[in-house]
Amino acid sequence: MAALLEVDALSIQFGGVKAVQDVSFSVPAGAIYAVIGPNGAGKTTLFNLITGLYTPTSGEIRLEGQAIQGKPPHELARLGMARTFQNLQICLNMTALENVMVGAHLRLDRNLIKAALRWPALSRRERELRQEAAECMAYAGLEDFLEARADAMPYGALKRLEIARALAAKPRLLFLDEPAAGLNPKETQEVAELVRKIATHGVTVVLIEHDMKMVMSLADRILVLDYGKKLAEGSAAEVRANPDVIAAYLGAHA
Amino acid sequence: MIAFFRRRHGGLVIVALILALLPLFFQNAYHYDLAIRIAINAVIVLGLNLLIGFAGQISLGHAGFLGIGAYASAILPSHYGWPPLLAMMAGATCAALLAALVARPIFRLKGHYLAMATLGLGVILAIAFKNEASLTGGPDGMAVVPLSLFGYELSGEKKWYALMAVLLLFSLWASTNLIDSPFGRALRALHGSEVAAQVAGVHIVRYKVAIFVLSAVFASLMGSLTAHYVGFVTPNVADFLHSIELVTMVVVGGMASVYGSLVGAALLTALPQALARFEGWETVAFGAILMLFMIFLPRGIVPTLAARFEKGKE
Amino acid sequence: MLAQFLQFLFSGITVGATYALAALGFTLIYNASQVINFAQGEFIMLGGMLTVFFLASGLPLPFAVILAIVLPAIVGLLIEKFAIEPAKGAETVSLIIITIGAALVIRGLIQVWLGKGTHALPPFSGNEPIHVLGATLLPQSLWVLGVSALVMVALWFFFNRTLFGKAMLATSYNRLAADLVGIDTKHVLTVSFALSGALGALGGILIAPITFTSYDVGIMLGLKGFVAAVVGGLGNGLGAVVGGLLVGIIEALAAGYLSSAYKDAVPFLLILLILFFMPRGLFGAKVTERV
Repeated sequence: MAALLEVDALSIQFGGVKAVQDVSFSVPAGAIYAVIGPNGAGKTTLFNLITGLYTPTSGEIRLEGQAIQGKPPHELARLGMARTFQNLQICLNMTALENVMVGAHLRLDRNLIKAALRWPALSRRERELRQEAAECMAYAGLEDFLEARADAMPYGALKRLEIARALAAKPRLLFLDEPAAGLNPKETQEVAELVRKIATHGVTVVLIEHDMKMVMSLADRILVLDYGKKLAEGSAAEVRANPDVIAAYLGAHA
Repeated sequence: MIAFFRRRHGGLVIVALILALLPLFFQNAYHYDLAIRIAINAVIVLGLNLLIGFAGQISLGHAGFLGIGAYASAILPSHYGWPPLLAMMAGATCAALLAALVARPIFRLKGHYLAMATLGLGVILAIAFKNEASLTGGPDGMAVVPLSLFGYELSGEKKWYALMAVLLLFSLWASTNLIDSPFGRALRALHGSEVAAQVAGVHIVRYKVAIFVLSAVFASLMGSLTAHYVGFVTPNVADFLHSIELVTMVVVGGMASVYGSLVGAALLTALPQALARFEGWETVAFGAILMLFMIFLPRGIVPTLAARFEKGKE
Repeated sequence: MLAQFLQFLFSGITVGATYALAALGFTLIYNASQVINFAQGEFIMLGGMLTVFFLASGLPLPFAVILAIVLPAIVGLLIEKFAIEPAKGAETVSLIIITIGAALVIRGLIQVWLGKGTHALPPFSGNEPIHVLGATLLPQSLWVLGVSALVMVALWFFFNRTLFGKAMLATSYNRLAADLVGIDTKHVLTVSFALSGALGALGGILIAPITFTSYDVGIMLGLKGFVAAVVGGLGNGLGAVVGGLLVGIIEALAAGYLSSAYKDAVPFLLILLILFFMPRGLFGAKVTERV
């Protein structure tokens, strides 16, 4: 499999704190790639670097061989990247459906004048989009919330809404930041199914997750971070057998 | 879904009906005058609400843009013989350019810094209008020629009322359309969560600049019309307190509510007229209203009523 | 040449000291609550106007001054208790609007009560100018500078050497953590408002003999104090003082050498430039937002 995303010696420093230090890995196209590590290991910071919210202090990020580090998030979205957030970034001032429609932003005619004058082609596209967004929500298991206001939805549904919004962008590369955090075992199982379904539809998934059962059953490859540094990388079996990982991480839990 | 569309047009139809029927109840020129002022303010507040309520960006200097329009319409026809319509366009263009010029750096800022920068811009404009006496007549102000469109002079309350009714309806319609478009959704999304909007591909600075410019143009055009309608303009039009009045209208009517803008403008345009006899108390009343609304009814009148109504239905 | 420059500098530093006091008031409240108190300028106005009123009703100057400091402090306390606390957790825009509302109420009440006239306070110790290298310095300027300096030292002492001051500092760094170690953060907020009310009023009293006072001076003075606070990097005490002096001096120099008509525009032009090129002010730290 060719590498879709390559990260090379990536580092970022906040003041004196080296949050991510010299991390390298590559994500094969079509894979489910998991990033694990204890709290504060730099997993979310890594996502923020790759998706353009932070600018790296040094290192390189390549998407299909093209260097993309330092580009702003909206340009990266154009290249086919989408993500969800661990601490929910839902627009609570909008309905659930509208949140998903925002995900499709780049695939729409965003002209201000046409919008104000209710241009016929725009209105037609808007009706199609509602349909598409509703399908995205159904795909993510949110068919009961089609008419809901985002601020009236339960936590578990909002986590799925994050995924539905990301899917509405029709991404090639999807970053999921702890999609199962705070969910009960049944919901976690459902999210795992959803992630697998997404991957079978040809979307490359990079996943941060604490639920080891879920990670081990889903991930093709796993990257282990500890204190901002790469501790290990490999298949589930390799990582599970790695003595460093057992000592630093799994050992503490098992 | 059908209910959604019906409601959207329903509001517009009701406002149109009210605007058509109101003159039956008007007994004198004063009533027309009040309605015209309300309509003018409503259009400004609509633009400002797109910025404050929908996009979540504050401006404490919008009266400055009002001033640009007003003075363009005052100065260009009187001093240079421009036709009023062209002067109005020139004012709007000037407001748009200024807004675009300052907006890009301003909108890298957030919250308090943004409030400060917009406020500073407004204050500078107000001082300029006061000081450039050879052009603006200084603190005493200057007279403005009547509005004529292609040789047809617009005068008398009834004609002005008709013009403003049409403009108000158009603005309501266009704003409603805008909010439910990809552009409008991007605005609301960056209000809800800037990172989520960015990651979805929204170039947030560009959107903030665009809506700032649009609301500045709204304000400038209405400034021009006010100047022609009143026939006189003073630097007070660009005053800091006037900017605050406009923000109050947004807040009282309801942030992120199109019809709230109308209600806010109506109430707060009528209020000072009612309070005019009690000098000084109008400032107190304005301040008290601002505080009370923000503390006890932070969503404003229309959204609060709408929420009540929804609940009642269930 | 030098004399003229000194003259502008003196007047700049004098006004700047008032801006610095106002900026300190902004900073105090901002640190305690992340609120920008747009009513800060009204405290300055209250200081001057109340002193005028109490003097006119026959009180001796020291009593008038004390009352004119205590009352605005109480007003600040009331604003916090009845306007800021009930709106806890509101958006920045909402909080800004609340304090603007408070400012209008104060201003309106004074207008109704004491009228629209402009008043001058008599200087505290005579009107005989002091000559320095050809420039003249009013004794009142010395009062302004001396008292301001004293207040700043006292504040430094308060924040660095007293338990309560340290508690306030701790609250500004991390409210939750301060709560957890047993600091009554609500109390800290109330005190911040009262203290900044007193600071603003003091500035207003000191400067009133030089610049006159009326019901509507608060807006401009307050806004300039805010400019000073932002110039110094919002939330930084030393920055606020430097910012205040800087704004005062630049304003005075611009008024003297360029155009006195645009004097009031100078601080705002300055703030626009600074925000454009140094969005966090001169002394503000760069912060990275957590996502």
